[in-house]
Amino acid sequence: MIREFGPNEVIYITLAIRYTILLSLIAFAGGAVGGLMVALMRVSQNKYRRWIAMAFIRVFQGTPLLMQLFLAYFGMAILGFPIDPWTAASVALILHAAAFLGEIWRGCIEAVPTGQHEAARVVGLGYVNRMRHVVLPQAFRIAVGPTTGFLVQLIKATSLASIIGFTELTRAGQIISNATFQPFAVISLVAVLYFILCWPLSKLAANLEHKFNQATTR
Amino acid sequence: MYDFNFAPVFASFDTLLVGAWLTIQMSTVAMVIGLVLSILGAVGKTSGPKPVRIAINVYIEIIRNTPFLVQLYFFFFALPALGVRLGPNQAALLALVVNFGAYGTEIVRAGVASVGRGHIEAAKTVGLNFFQTLRYVILKPAMRAVYPALTSQFIYLMLASSVVSVISATDLAAAGNDLQSQTFASFEVYIVITAMYFVMSLAFSGVFALIGKLAFSYPLNR
Repeated sequence: MIREFGPNEVIYITLAIRYTILLSLIAFAGGAVGGLMVALMRVSQNKYRRWIAMAFIRVFQGTPLLMQLFLAYFGMAILGFPIDPWTAASVALILHAAAFLGEIWRGCIEAVPTGQHEAARVVGLGYVNRMRHVVLPQAFRIAVGPTTGFLVQLIKATSLASIIGFTELTRAGQIISNATFQPFAVISLVAVLYFILCWPLSKLAANLEHKFNQATTR
Repeated sequence: MYDFNFAPVFASFDTLLVGAWLTIQMSTVAMVIGLVLSILGAVGKTSGPKPVRIAINVYIEIIRNTPFLVQLYFFFFALPALGVRLGPNQAALLALVVNFGAYGTEIVRAGVASVGRGHIEAAKTVGLNFFQTLRYVILKPAMRAVYPALTSQFIYLMLASSVVSVISATDLAAAGNDLQSQTFASFEVYIVITAMYFVMSLAFSGVFALIGKLAFSYPLNR
């Protein structure tokens, strides 16, 4: 029997957006911790740390996210864990986000004038205090816009988790589409929901970058 | 302890090479058509009439704020409802072109915006017509300015194209899926495929750097 595409189906798909949001937040939170580490390693004085961070970024930016998801998914079995789309998707997306945020934030840290590093060193601040109180707060201001922009990328990227069986917005749409044979209505609804989620963030990111550029160019 | 078994993967390595070639073909064709679309979009957005500008903006915002996977599903599963039936490879190519076009338009537009007003006025003064101005005065320096952004967008497109295997289009990831279901050596297959994508993205960066040197090495300040 073919199911109708009625209010219940619309509600089912719309509610599935919470898994998209949750997965995005997990990936973003984990990716932020990893990304900060990668960015700090990338600007480190120690060349081995720089190389490791660079290799990490190169590998994760130079391979498809879909393959990273597959490797996390099948890799879990190899490491002896039960296969679970939640963990696999989280791990892959966290590593993916760490690589991209690491590279974005490296640029932001390097955009802080060297005079600031030097002055902090001269007044006797050690590495941790220098970073924590002088460099990172300034880099943070530069980073807000691009980071918001990346969050949009990340939300869109979570759609790939549907391929390894994670039921978020895209997969909820697929399930309903297969049951109702109304692909046009269902996929359009899914696209609209992503748009509602992403568009305000994109606008915000553009505004933040615009404001920042105006504040710093004179 | 897990025993890695790469032998069956390398035994069928030629099918993976065929898949890699299909990925290169598909992304290159998508890039060329997408680049033409981007230039048209950028020109339309910069100097077109208001309805055209609005239409281009809507196109860009829709594509940039929805996932590529959903766009792919739309072209493959939803278009038949409108009477347009595409094969998997056609739908994949269309999705890649439409996706690249949106990002490319913004990139090329930024390049066009970087060309000084004075250059365009000077071109008009020396009697160049619209197309000559576009070709020699606007697009050449614009493309030079945005060339790095375009090439990284292309590499992104090539990596994202791995997703088209889910609508049974034929590419490297699809070749991997086939091999995986024959050999059951899932992890080994995907690690090899991932390495192949990595090599392809490095190779493309190298080729693009070379092309950039050859095509854009004319002196800037004379």
